[in-house]
Amino acid sequence: MAGLHRFANPGTFVRISAKVLPWLAGLTAILIGVGLYQALLVAPPEAYQGNVARIMYLHVPSAWNAMMIYGAMAVASATWLIWKHPVADVAAQASAPIGAMFTLTALLTGSLWGKPTWGTFWVWDARITSVTIMLFIYFGYIALRAAIEDGERSAKAGAILALVGSVNLPIIHYSVVWWNTLHQPASVLRAGGPAIVASMLVPLLLLACGFTTYYLTLLIWRMQREIVGRRVRSLRVLQAQG
Amino acid sequence: MSAFGQIVGRDVRLALRQGGGSYWALIFFVLTVTMFPLSVGPDMQLLGRIAPGILWVAAVLAAMLSLDRLFQADYEDGTLELLTLAPLSLELTVLAKCLAHWITTGLPLAILSPLLGILLNLDASAYPVLVLSLLLGTPVLSMIGGIGAALTVGIRRGGVLLSLLVLPLYVPTLVFGVLAIQGHIDATGARPHLFLLSAVLLAATALSPWASAAALRLNIE
Repeated sequence: MAGLHRFANPGTFVRISAKVLPWLAGLTAILIGVGLYQALLVAPPEAYQGNVARIMYLHVPSAWNAMMIYGAMAVASATWLIWKHPVADVAAQASAPIGAMFTLTALLTGSLWGKPTWGTFWVWDARITSVTIMLFIYFGYIALRAAIEDGERSAKAGAILALVGSVNLPIIHYSVVWWNTLHQPASVLRAGGPAIVASMLVPLLLLACGFTTYYLTLLIWRMQREIVGRRVRSLRVLQAQG
Repeated sequence: MSAFGQIVGRDVRLALRQGGGSYWALIFFVLTVTMFPLSVGPDMQLLGRIAPGILWVAAVLAAMLSLDRLFQADYEDGTLELLTLAPLSLELTVLAKCLAHWITTGLPLAILSPLLGILLNLDASAYPVLVLSLLLGTPVLSMIGGIGAALTVGIRRGGVLLSLLVLPLYVPTLVFGVLAIQGHIDATGARPHLFLLSAVLLAATALSPWASAAALRLNIE
């Protein structure tokens, strides 16, 4: 852990991330490009649903990343609360809108997928419901950060909320699972289902990795801007104080 | 009398006296419940079926709307600052204030609920489960709400933000509360859900004061 602390200096972060960013962006373009080609042209149509099932290649990676980003946000928040590394707070703050975007993408693609396969845009399935609630938790976090002007207070309030949310999210998920099994006769999602073949698994994993590197690219880009923005703000304050 | 008891007593007295507005939450609870028959129609069978949900949603909203009372006035007149300096740890102070909030909103709400059960044609045998689920669930609403209230205490017009933060966190309490009543009505058993609700209550009692106190400290510094 001690070795990682030297990256916590905002100046070091800006210097190193500037070198990493182009490579990360290139990797993202390759992963998503190859992944989409494999998913749309190479992979066979799904046995029961035909070409409609190809939306899975966007839906599943979005959902995975939406959850992973909340985890990353919680870890960054805890890091900030414990070690007070300014970069950790910047990472948490910059992650939230990206996580919300992936959550929204997962919900929208799922809804578009649901219409031809289940015959309806929306069902109160356990997973859909808990992802929807996660979206509201993301919104709450973003709104709270935006409402507090003072940087330090905004960071701490956000960190507390993110950690409270991370304790609550599993409880919310299981409560919704039990609620769902008691309210609905049978789950709409097939349990198990046919095992996924390699020609479909490869594009799925490529796109999942591509979405993650896309998140990292956006994250670093947003973090650089936030760090520069904070520096400008503190310079202005210094200037005003004479 | 211990410092903890003093704070509970003070907050309860403040809430009950003129201007405290503790009964506003109760009137709001009754009013919200009355809106449902007006909107879905006077079909008693339908109302009986959705009564557990209506009562719990109204309880959640009533508890949420009175949350600003928890810290706002004390924050504005500086009492909160003195309370953080007091020998009693801020975590316990927060717990005492949440307890007082529950005594003046959740408790009367739970006692009143069978009366509203009659209006909604709720199965009469479910009244004890209804009251018990509210008795176990409303303290959780006060404590989780306390986190939200503490986070937003310094924010002007934080009311809507507070509900945005708190409502998603209320989901497990709401779900288990409604499932307990429903489980009793369709004879699948209320006990597992009441146990889960108790577990949520214990977890909230153990964890929420830390989060609320941390949030208050950052707003007072």
